[in-house]
Amino acid sequence: MIKINSLSKLFHTKSNLISAVDDLSLEIEKGEIFGVIGYSGAGKSTFIRLINRLENPTSGQVVIDGEDITSLSKNKLRLSRQNIGMIFQHFNLLWSRTVRENIAFPLEIAGISKQERMARVDELIGLVGLSGREDAYPSELSGGQKQRVGIARALANDPKVLLCDEATSALDPETTDSILKLLIDINEKLGLTIILITHEMHVIRKICHRVAVMEAGKVVEQGDVLDVFSHPIMPVTKKFVEQVMGDNNQEDSLEWLTTGYKNGDIIKLHFVGETTSQALISQVAKQFDVDINILQGKITQTQKGAYGSLIVHIDGVSDEKESALAYIKSAPVEVEVVHHAN
Amino acid sequence: MLIELFPNVVISELWQATLETFYMTIIALIGTFILGILLGLLLYLTSRGGIWENKVLNLIIASTVNIFRAIPFIILILLLFPFTDFLIGTIRGSNAALPALIIGSAPFYGRLVEIALREVDKGVIEAAKAMGAKTSTIVLRVLIPESMPALVSGITVTAIALIGYTAVAGVIGAGGLGDFAYYYGFQRRASDVVFVCTVLIVIIVFIFQFIGDTITNKLDKR
Ligand SMILES: Nc1ncnc2c1ncn2[C@@H]1O[C@H](COP(=O)(O)OP(=O)(O)O)[C@@H](O)[C@H]1O
Ligand SMILES: [Mg+2]
Repeated sequence: MIKINSLSKLFHTKSNLISAVDDLSLEIEKGEIFGVIGYSGAGKSTFIRLINRLENPTSGQVVIDGEDITSLSKNKLRLSRQNIGMIFQHFNLLWSRTVRENIAFPLEIAGISKQERMARVDELIGLVGLSGREDAYPSELSGGQKQRVGIARALANDPKVLLCDEATSALDPETTDSILKLLIDINEKLGLTIILITHEMHVIRKICHRVAVMEAGKVVEQGDVLDVFSHPIMPVTKKFVEQVMGDNNQEDSLEWLTTGYKNGDIIKLHFVGETTSQALISQVAKQFDVDINILQGKITQTQKGAYGSLIVHIDGVSDEKESALAYIKSAPVEVEVVHHAN
Repeated sequence: MLIELFPNVVISELWQATLETFYMTIIALIGTFILGILLGLLLYLTSRGGIWENKVLNLIIASTVNIFRAIPFIILILLLFPFTDFLIGTIRGSNAALPALIIGSAPFYGRLVEIALREVDKGVIEAAKAMGAKTSTIVLRVLIPESMPALVSGITVTAIALIGYTAVAGVIGAGGLGDFAYYYGFQRRASDVVFVCTVLIVIIVFIFQFIGDTITNKLDKR
């Protein structure tokens, strides 16, 4: 759907040359939510602005649905941009227009008749959950409501792609979640491809299917969100994963955990993309005559299922315990026996 | 009682002069508004990072604006005599004052317009570009509406300067309260006429200020 071929952007400043995006290549599938994460200054904003050519590339190509955006004439580019929605960290609404008029603006640009505009705007207001606020001015709205207007406006011309530049970074956690839910909702309802950039890993975790990690203008790691979460390779990626999973360096605490138990086994269960982690524990407790104790754990939900680990203590008569273990091992989790008492 | 206090004031003539002041101010204001917006837009669009970024053009417009702003109004009137004569066919009367009034205040207003446009959120302009807006759409539907309160408060400031200029233009027989005060008041040593004219001019200034402030507040939805 979107192909990015060795895209580069150099900025010439008075004193030096900044390589904001450096020979970057990516492929983004139709209908997916693709996240790009990186620290401030990594080049994320420049990258997303290259996609609709708010910034012209120094070299490389952006191809959307077979159309080479980078080689379009000014006029063709304007038409193509009507098929690419964009939302911003600071919403960028026109304060002189009401909610309704803001959402109608891209329709005016596309030359849609007034009657059709009104009908479409009403539809969009319903879609983003702003019914009743049509005639408010942006200054009368909360941050979350402003971003909803931004989203409605971006969707007005039925785009193929939605670009989100730190769309939730100016919002509080609850509002962030509601906006992310809305994005998932429109992704599913409309089959819209979403490219989202952020410096917050929890945003990636909550809504992205795939993720690319950016550092110094380059993609240093990419893949399915679950894979990247469970097997981060680069140091930056590991740091971002720690943002949501906490520090995984638990050697000491493991030893500390095991000292109290004279009997039974201590095992560590790794869940990756497993949505029934809780069910597994209760099944074991029901079906086998064992005591099962959760000692420590952290499980996080991603768009592609749960990811995390649990450390549990299992005790019981030898046979029962062994069959319980066998049962657990047959389930789609990775099992690691941490400590085998007697 | 009023007649005793102001023995030299002829109401009908005073009224005539007041109307002339209004006439000159309003027509010049319309001209200033249009010319000033054009100048301000050109200054803004051709500046660094602007949509029509153009160093040379920007320098030419900026210099012209600065030169006209530097010329004292009374001298500008004299300098413009040939131009006025050519355009209006006379150098006396209210209409003859208009070219000088407009040329004298449009560069000042143009600068205010430029400042107002700079205050427009860059993000909003970028959002419009991302929607595929043409430059004309950005100017007419983003830049001007978003800067409207500042454009109106700028034209209010300019209007007040203009009222002052119309009084100065009285020296060349432009009519209006300045002219009236000078010929019927000062030259005939009728200080009551000068006084009444002054009060009327102050009232006119207040009226313009009030209207401008009211419109600015109404427009500002920030
Ligand atoms: N218009 C510009 N002119 C010069 N340098 C720029 C410009 N835009 C971005 N940069 C530089 O490019 C680098 C990447 O910036 P940006 O894309 O905004 O990063 P991010 O969004 O990841 O924080 C930074 O070093 C920034 O200073
Ligand atoms: Mg950024």
